[in-house]
Amino acid sequence: MKYTLSFTLNGLPVEILVKPTETLLDVLRHQMNVKSPKRGCNTGDCGACTVLLNGEPIRSCITLALTVAGQSITSLEGLAEGGRLHPLQKSFHDHNAIQCGFCTPGMIMAARALLDKNPSPTIEDIKKGLSGNLCRCTGYAKIIDAVLAAGKEMAAKKT
Amino acid sequence: MEYKNVGQRDKRYDGLAHVTGKTRYVDDVVIPGMLAVKALRSPVTKGKVKKIDTAAAQKTAGLAAVITPQDVPANGFGPMGPEQPVLAQDIRFKGEPLAAVAAADEDTAMEAISRIKVDIEEEKGVMDPLEAMKPEAPKVRAEGNLFMFGDKPYREIISGNLEAGFKEADEIVEADYVESSYEHTALETQCSVAVPEANGKLTIYTVSQCPWFHIGPLCGVLKMPMSKVRFIGGTVGGGFGGKNDIHADHITALLALKTGKPVKWRWTREEELLFSTHRGAWHIHFKDGVKKNGRIVARQVRSIRDSGAYTSLNPYGVEIHCLVVNGPYHIPNVHIQGYLVYTNKPLSMSMRGFAINEANYATEVQMNRLASAINMDPWDIRFINAYRNGDKMPVGKVLDSVALIEVMQALAQKAGIALPAQCQTMTSAKREVQP
Repeated sequence: MKYTLSFTLNGLPVEILVKPTETLLDVLRHQMNVKSPKRGCNTGDCGACTVLLNGEPIRSCITLALTVAGQSITSLEGLAEGGRLHPLQKSFHDHNAIQCGFCTPGMIMAARALLDKNPSPTIEDIKKGLSGNLCRCTGYAKIIDAVLAAGKEMAAKKT
Repeated sequence: MEYKNVGQRDKRYDGLAHVTGKTRYVDDVVIPGMLAVKALRSPVTKGKVKKIDTAAAQKTAGLAAVITPQDVPANGFGPMGPEQPVLAQDIRFKGEPLAAVAAADEDTAMEAISRIKVDIEEEKGVMDPLEAMKPEAPKVRAEGNLFMFGDKPYREIISGNLEAGFKEADEIVEADYVESSYEHTALETQCSVAVPEANGKLTIYTVSQCPWFHIGPLCGVLKMPMSKVRFIGGTVGGGFGGKNDIHADHITALLALKTGKPVKWRWTREEELLFSTHRGAWHIHFKDGVKKNGRIVARQVRSIRDSGAYTSLNPYGVEIHCLVVNGPYHIPNVHIQGYLVYTNKPLSMSMRGFAINEANYATEVQMNRLASAINMDPWDIRFINAYRNGDKMPVGKVLDSVALIEVMQALAQKAGIALPAQCQTMTSAKREVQP
């Protein structure tokens, strides 16, 4: 049996039918055609499926879809505004903080949640903030550089 | 002359797609009406399939097709010949696919898999390569547990006179180096989408790191000309050598052809960790003769690589290992042997520095042991023995354009390491006296 699920996805309201056993990751990827959250482990370990729930990073692969009813989900697809890259997206590109790109959507969403809470993170803060996201191409050093630079750029724009 | 790109940092050509989530990996490919694939994997490490009964599975609501070995036009693949079955009857490792299904979704496919009855005559396998080398060991393969390099069960490099070298030495240093296997764990698991086209061709979205290696063996399995199979690849969510063997494309191709519908097979993380290819384990034994002045005068190495149940490109791995395990050092008397041994485990294969990193690890730890045996600085022993112009490698090549000493000097300077005095003035110029 399927149930109606209403929630906000990247700023737009959606209403769909889902099974109680379906995860948010499967619903996003299969029903909503939102492909940036990846299935890396499907057990909540690698962080490739990270999306934001009301601004907080969550593992969409271990979140049952029905539990996000009435709430707001943001994926990497919803990060750029007005066709312009978010400073984090630009910074990841500028710093070559990407190799295969499979961890990138989750990594950027976790970084976004970090910078929202802590606009001027230290390297240690970034390591802690991204500790739930694995990059097997081992590009961590450049990822940290990219988040540091994006944080500085965002702070400079605010002042 | 001004350069546009030389000396400049360039951004990734695919970087903007990656940071906007627009890159389409194989699991992101959705074709309307696509079926999901699951495989029945062997629960035992070694045995014979006596009977597969798919009658109950065929009745599963939502099932489209089941394939067993008899559905495979030519049931063998591999870069060095059709040695690995797509669906096994003679089981050589736990997790080897025995049958596969395509169904409406993954849950239905799993349901159908659970209804396949398989009768297996279990046999005793062998897991340890050192055990597998013994004559009384269970046979992983009918032809024996040692890969034959020509007429010998090892690749061999001999130069100089090893025994004379040992006699000349002041110290003999023997040691064993063991390296375990490990999994690449790319974030993207094995995945394949196969689509039968209206014109009789087959399109395959592949995670392969080397589609040009795979299309030939794949067409061999299907008994189709290469002009009828189109690979779409190049977007890989991490490979590291773990996508250099066909894992899923053969089975999706067979099920697409049988059902006439697009099919997708994506491996779970558990399948990836347990059953995909992995870096092969090594046992490496060194016996070196060194003089008090730091010259290494004899080096004997015996290396054993665990191949798992199949061959793939492991003979190449053993060859390159034998070439580099001597290290970048001029040693006049050398004897190197590399073995490739079959065990009842998933296939070993390439991973970042295929068979080379393991050799370098053993060689460089051994260099420190030699230095310690003769009370010498570890830098000194490396500089004294480093290849120079005119030195002959154990394989017979006379070297020119050598810069190892200069590179070590530059690296030491960058790392802030104070080299011993004689290392600072050495060059790669030809040795005046051949040791």
